[in-house]
Amino acid sequence: MSRRVGVVVFPGSNCEQDMLEAMALVGAEPELLWHGDETTNGVDAVIIPGGFAHGDYLRPGAIARFSPVMAAVAEFAAAGGPVVGICNGFQVLTEAGLLPGALQKNRGLKFLCAPAELRVESTDSILTRSAEAGAVLQVPINHFEGNYTCDAETLAQLRDENRIVLRYVDNPNGSVDDIAGVCNAGRNVVGLMPHPERATSELLGSTDGLALLRSIVA
Amino acid sequence: MDDAIHRSLGLTDEEYGDICRIIGRDPNHLELAMYAVMWSEHCSYKSSRIHLKRLPTEAPWVLVGPGENAGVVDVGDGIAAALRIESHNHPSAIEPYQGAATGVGGILRDIFTMGARPIAIMDPLRFGPLDDPRSRWIAEGVVSGVSGYGNSVGVPTIGGETVFDETYKGNPLVNVLCLGLLPTDRLVLGQATGVGNLAVLLGSSTGRDGIGGVSVLASAGFSDEESDAEKRPSVQVGDPFEEKRLIEACLELLDARLVVGIQDLGGAGLACATSETASRGGMGMDVDVNAIPRREQGMEPFEVMTSESQERMLAIVEPADLERVLAICERWEVRAAMIGIVTPGPATGDADGGRLRILDGFDGDVLCDIPAASLHEDAPLYNRPCIAPASFDEATRTLGTEPMPESTDVAAELLELLADNRWVFSQYDHQLFLNTVEGPGGDAAVLRLKHPVTGVDTGRGMALTTDGNHRWCAVDPRQGTALTVAESLLNLACVGARPLAVVNCLNFGNPEHPEVMWQLSEAIDGMAEACVAFESPVIGGNVSLYNESLGSDIDPTPVVGMFGLIDSLDRRPPGVGLVNGGRLLLLGTTQPELAGSRWARARGHRGGRLPSIDFAEHLRVAGVTRSLVASGLLAGVHDVSNGGLAVALTEMAVRSNLGISAARIATVAELFSESPSRVILCVPPENIAAVENVCSGAGVPVSRIGVAGGDRISVKGLLDIPLADAVSAWTDRIPSALGAGTAQD
Repeated sequence: MSRRVGVVVFPGSNCEQDMLEAMALVGAEPELLWHGDETTNGVDAVIIPGGFAHGDYLRPGAIARFSPVMAAVAEFAAAGGPVVGICNGFQVLTEAGLLPGALQKNRGLKFLCAPAELRVESTDSILTRSAEAGAVLQVPINHFEGNYTCDAETLAQLRDENRIVLRYVDNPNGSVDDIAGVCNAGRNVVGLMPHPERATSELLGSTDGLALLRSIVA
Repeated sequence: MDDAIHRSLGLTDEEYGDICRIIGRDPNHLELAMYAVMWSEHCSYKSSRIHLKRLPTEAPWVLVGPGENAGVVDVGDGIAAALRIESHNHPSAIEPYQGAATGVGGILRDIFTMGARPIAIMDPLRFGPLDDPRSRWIAEGVVSGVSGYGNSVGVPTIGGETVFDETYKGNPLVNVLCLGLLPTDRLVLGQATGVGNLAVLLGSSTGRDGIGGVSVLASAGFSDEESDAEKRPSVQVGDPFEEKRLIEACLELLDARLVVGIQDLGGAGLACATSETASRGGMGMDVDVNAIPRREQGMEPFEVMTSESQERMLAIVEPADLERVLAICERWEVRAAMIGIVTPGPATGDADGGRLRILDGFDGDVLCDIPAASLHEDAPLYNRPCIAPASFDEATRTLGTEPMPESTDVAAELLELLADNRWVFSQYDHQLFLNTVEGPGGDAAVLRLKHPVTGVDTGRGMALTTDGNHRWCAVDPRQGTALTVAESLLNLACVGARPLAVVNCLNFGNPEHPEVMWQLSEAIDGMAEACVAFESPVIGGNVSLYNESLGSDIDPTPVVGMFGLIDSLDRRPPGVGLVNGGRLLLLGTTQPELAGSRWARARGHRGGRLPSIDFAEHLRVAGVTRSLVASGLLAGVHDVSNGGLAVALTEMAVRSNLGISAARIATVAELFSESPSRVILCVPPENIAAVENVCSGAGVPVSRIGVAGGDRISVKGLLDIPLADAVSAWTDRIPSALGAGTAQD
């Protein structure tokens, strides 16, 4: 049973406290990991949270991939450890080569903070294993560069291998094939643009993110 | 000293004479530059201070009132809330993106200067009309600037109105409010104490950007576009990533109790921060101008001292703590340089002390030697002439005699008043920190109240609203401002909150125009009356004058930010909406008066006599609304304000995509009147009796005016349109206008 969850903090991250709060709700023991340390500190799962790591300078994730902690995260992932990148974290994982594809500016060329509906396309990943296949989840998005893209070959592979884990019901940003989240071949590294931690309480408008977060520590 | 220099820096001959008297000689160039920025209208409030004294500022829960970087109130459970509002109107007029972005950056620093973590921003924005290409360019740039900076720095923007009106063509209003939370015992003030303590400059290096921002830019009106464009170098450039690291580093320093005092660098840069910390602490300060990290070579001392380069803070620390301070800054990649030493002053019984000395190296030449306090306390104070416009009848408080126009097409008149500002707020992260229960677009924003350090949820809520109404204030600034405060109170009541404090941003024209000074003085009186009646102290504010272009002053626009608490936040407030079959109830009484309304302004009518307000009645309506919201008996609630019953009912309908059928609204004047103290409730039929009992128990008039359902918006005898028409007018107005392209000139 994996319980200790490390949330990586880069200068410029801003969703790390929200992740701590949300992961505690699903019974995890969350802690922060500092980007400058070359270790994942023995945690059972790693989350790279949203924000603007290193100011998103150059392009989102482009500098964060060089932070010392990322080598440890790559090693952890290669050993099968669960790694989830949310929003900016997804961008970091694609820049680091832990996930295929890239995230470009939204189709409307505007930042977009809005409710979104996600369909669970595959429950075979560390982020969706506790969710119901085909379920539609209300989970908000909050990004400028969330328009997922990849070459045709990669897209075919993602489809064939059932690695598109979440799709938008009503595509808000122009992502190819309505992709909201994908996983790696080992299914232990997942990136998604929507923020499940923002859908963890009736007061906030939705609890649909809990099923995803629970999967990480299931 | 050549008198042309002080004039070109914005000082009058009299002010120059005062400076000579204070320091007992002619000032040198550096000293003159520092007095010029500190005595500017923007920094010294020299035209408004005399009037601001009339505002109520005290209450048992007020921990810090006006005069500090932010006001602070006790919200219980060991938590205090810091609140501040500012304007960034002039920079945004000529460089919209950076003007708005640095406005956000500046207000955040005011909040974490107090030891508080900024948790929410509100942005009341006012632009010229949507059919003006330059106004669209400004609107796009400002919204992008708020979004680009606010999202990246990691503070949610949870609300703020967006208004488009002819009066702001050429001079937009970009106001920014920030709310922060701190453990009550971490409260710090921006003051330097302890002889020998060190002044450490944190954050960005100092460049030539923003020199004279407060004097050249903020304390003069606009003329023609060509010369305005030349002022662009006086606009600062923001770096949200630097600010984010600065916030984290400063909060860590505060948590570790490593700072004696801390002050942000905003308008007037180091001149302000060094003199203000010293004089607040009753001390002096020696500053080594060479120790200040610079962005470029060859900067003169006056440039270094008055630069408004962004993302800088001045921390006062004990020498023994310096190493730990530097270590924390290094971890956050924040530059830190020891630039000054606290020297004796009146607080240490040294009457000759309290000097601000700028040195060419701590052992080098003295470049400036002035009493630190004189930059603030001796700033000029003007009681400028106040004269009501000739067309204003003070006995009846009526402006002009023009008759109110007739209505020709009620449906069209309604549709043109509808606008959803989702295009604006969907560009803002409004959910970060998992606090946002009600985001932008409702009557007021609602946040969960969690302890800022432990994260423990108190089960209570906070509410914030910003409101301004230039149409009312153009007719009668006093009554208009009182009505604005009343609207804020009712907005809070609609989400179940009681008021705790007010901050204001007073946006007015040129104070050298007697009518503008009259407007300002009257507005302050109106605000004072309402704030006293509502027991809502004013804990801080900002005055923005010289909002004029081509010699034409904007309509007076006092903006009110009101902060309140919700005693038990166990469910979401009902919000602006309807349920099918819900009964529509109107709390309060409608005065059939159109003066100052949006309807009247849209017909070109700008005068008359505003509706009256009975503060006691208003408090009863707010109290009943609050208890009904808490009771769970309501399906929807919305106050009646801009556009009157017509717009309030239609907004409830379009948000729920549900029609309404209303009656007992007799005339067009009743339909569009913006008279105060009214709330529309949507009540499930089974709860009607209970709701009416609560109202009658409190002595609040309530009437049944309709029912929700169907696909039309109809008001018997006045209006009957398809819901879809209202939905598309509401949804499309702003996106289609801003999609129509912009123009910079």
